[in-house]
Amino acid sequence: MRYAETGYNLEIDLTRGNIERVETDPKLAELHLGGLATTAKILWDRVPPETEPFSPNNPLIFSTGLLCGTPATGANRTIVATVSPQTLLMGYSMMGGFFAPELKYAGYDKIIFRGKSPDLVYIYISNDKVEIRDASHLKGKGAVETVDIIQQELNDPKVQVAAIGLAGENRVYMASIEHGRSSASRLGIGAVMGDKGIKAVAVRGTKDINVARPAEFYKLCNDVLKYIQFRDDHPVPGVMPILQGLGSPQEMKHVDEAWHTQNFMWGNSRVRKRDYWTPEVEEKWRGTQESVRKRLISCYNCPMKCGAVISVPGLSTYMMKCFSKLTYTMAAFADLDFGFRIAQRATEYGVDGFSTPQVMAFAVELYENGILTDADLEGCPADNEGRFYWLLDRIVRREGIGDVLANGTYWAAQHIGKGAEEFAHNNIKKHEQLPLKLGMLNPVYYLMYCTGEKANITQIEGQFPQSPFPTMAEREEFVKDWIQVPDEKFKQYLLGWELRGERSNPYYPTIDMSVDIVDWQEKMHYIDDAVGMCAGLSSFPLKPPYHIHNYPAIISAATGLEMNEDKLTEIYNRNRNLIRAFNVRRGLRRADEKPPEDHWKNRFPELEEKLLDAYYKFKGWDNDGIPTKETLQRLDLGYVAEDLEQRGIIK
Amino acid sequence: MSMVVNKKLKKRIRIDVDKCNGCRACEMICSAFHATPKYSSNNPERSRIRVMFEPLRNIYVPVYAGEYTASECMGKNEYVIDGKKYDDCGFCRAACPSRTLFHEPDSGLPLKCDMCEDNPPDEEPLCVQWCITDALVYEEYEGEETEEDVKIADVDISMEEMVAKYGLQKVLETVARMAQKG
Repeated sequence: MRYAETGYNLEIDLTRGNIERVETDPKLAELHLGGLATTAKILWDRVPPETEPFSPNNPLIFSTGLLCGTPATGANRTIVATVSPQTLLMGYSMMGGFFAPELKYAGYDKIIFRGKSPDLVYIYISNDKVEIRDASHLKGKGAVETVDIIQQELNDPKVQVAAIGLAGENRVYMASIEHGRSSASRLGIGAVMGDKGIKAVAVRGTKDINVARPAEFYKLCNDVLKYIQFRDDHPVPGVMPILQGLGSPQEMKHVDEAWHTQNFMWGNSRVRKRDYWTPEVEEKWRGTQESVRKRLISCYNCPMKCGAVISVPGLSTYMMKCFSKLTYTMAAFADLDFGFRIAQRATEYGVDGFSTPQVMAFAVELYENGILTDADLEGCPADNEGRFYWLLDRIVRREGIGDVLANGTYWAAQHIGKGAEEFAHNNIKKHEQLPLKLGMLNPVYYLMYCTGEKANITQIEGQFPQSPFPTMAEREEFVKDWIQVPDEKFKQYLLGWELRGERSNPYYPTIDMSVDIVDWQEKMHYIDDAVGMCAGLSSFPLKPPYHIHNYPAIISAATGLEMNEDKLTEIYNRNRNLIRAFNVRRGLRRADEKPPEDHWKNRFPELEEKLLDAYYKFKGWDNDGIPTKETLQRLDLGYVAEDLEQRGIIK
Repeated sequence: MSMVVNKKLKKRIRIDVDKCNGCRACEMICSAFHATPKYSSNNPERSRIRVMFEPLRNIYVPVYAGEYTASECMGKNEYVIDGKKYDDCGFCRAACPSRTLFHEPDSGLPLKCDMCEDNPPDEEPLCVQWCITDALVYEEYEGEETEEDVKIADVDISMEEMVAKYGLQKVLETVARMAQKG
């Protein structure tokens, strides 16, 4: 019997209409755990570097994590991976909700799509019954609407659906895959789904997921739940409200947006409004939020309420989580009411709430600077809010200028020319970043921004505070019950970190400390992504319930694998290097590992080079960010080394 | 027939639908607790509590499996609460033949909430323990339980009617057969 995992993948060839249930190698869980890591293994094995994102040979993989479907609180993430049309590297995005557990209960760890369907289809999986169904009646339907229609036509409200909207159908590079209160939004994976002709995947499962050592596993899960309750009762003092608790930043719960509205940038990541948050604004926003928010909601088997049912009068109901509440508002210099309204349309279209508002703000800037002309924006309203709706409609339909903008700011700027490149100023690896511009370089964040394989800071940052506590008393208080640190030295790093003076950014944390801290943050994310754990209960917030000290026992009791901290660290390194190798094989090099030039006002080129040198060295990579042969061999990735050697990438 | 009223300590789970966040931890832990060996497997379809939810209509209703019923209802009701329509099957606790809800997925046998009674005493049912948003709250209360006080005279009347209808021999044979089956 296989524990925690089902031991089967579903392989669907859309070109031929072939469906197979394929047993997986149990050894893979030992080497990689599962989730993102075993997905990366499939991509490495099957996708040579010349494969284009919209090639039938580019697979699209929906993966559960190793612990999804077990009683481990928060293990509900679905990892969707493919080659990204935007970065041309591995594109992976993760969503919460209910899809992954349901897929496990249906008896599968992954669905691997290849080929392309000539007509729009949806996939219906009900345990052993798998069908490719006609979806011509769903063409052009909203992503939220589609879920409703499918549940009704299958006459089963318990069926879990992941769907694309118009943006995915039209291969918009910011297209998301929507699934109720969750979405896999980043890096254009919805575009690949649309390219394959898949409108939706609907899953229903009624089978068991087994665990190896039930009593022990249950106790560990119960301890996690108790710690969540403890943390609910003990918010971290001295940090802003959204960082005090667990879960994703509690944007749906909190109305107080002083921090985001005054520290994040408005427009095309340009303008900081330091005095924006007044009592009048707060009162107005509170009214807006409380009137449209019908309920705070969760993902499968998780008590955190990071999402909400949103019902704006006159518009159909949708669900929202986290920061998309503000991205449209701030990009359009509008207010919260606008944000909730346009997000409804954007969710039905199925677009990424990070990139899309920036693309639209970028277009507005280009117009204001004479790079885009009246001819490009013919018919566009003159007011800013009107412009955003107009641009959104053009982008998802790829009409006129929308066809250019639909490829994201990097590619659009290349296409438009005339200096448009200067305005695509907030990208890493061709991908739009958080609208954040800061003063002093933070060495830890510098490394995370540069080297994150997902090109998204929230998927690498984590539980080491973002800035020092002003007083020693606060620091001592913070480290007192900081059980999550992998090593006591991290407490010393934090205790020594000052706001000003010698031991402050950018030279403190020192280069070595910075590398250590980044390695810890990354490690937790990579473990989460392999087991399907939500970062909101593990790698992302301060003092989370899952950490390097309890993970080995949890994974071991669930799977029966022997596990300890060293072993888990080795698996993390193996997985980290495998994904890096995939991207290196596609051309990723040191030259690509750059944060946006204006991310910090105060830059330190010499220090930055040293940071990157030290990080690469620590990872066992050469000076160009390529894993060395020795590193790969040490991690049982000899076959990867051999391939890179044959291609002349490893010399 | 007269009724006897007894005082008895009763258990119930109070459901506050306004607090339900739709996470289905209750379903998950119920199915794990009732697995053999305990916690060895997990499958919400085996759970004795299910959350009926339709997020877009803001419907979140945890429902416990109640008694098995051999036939489906003749008439169905529709409830309108706060302007929204609800089919009464949505609230129904019965394991009934007209729907798959509250049946073991393999055998089709009906499921019923047992308040986790083989858990150590004084413990709350597992679904309540795992619902840390407090949508489910365990309560013990002194309830009234009515018991039929069966009088022999009433039995006599019933039997006389049966004999009149089927004949004494047939009734005797039936009683004998039932007695054999235990």
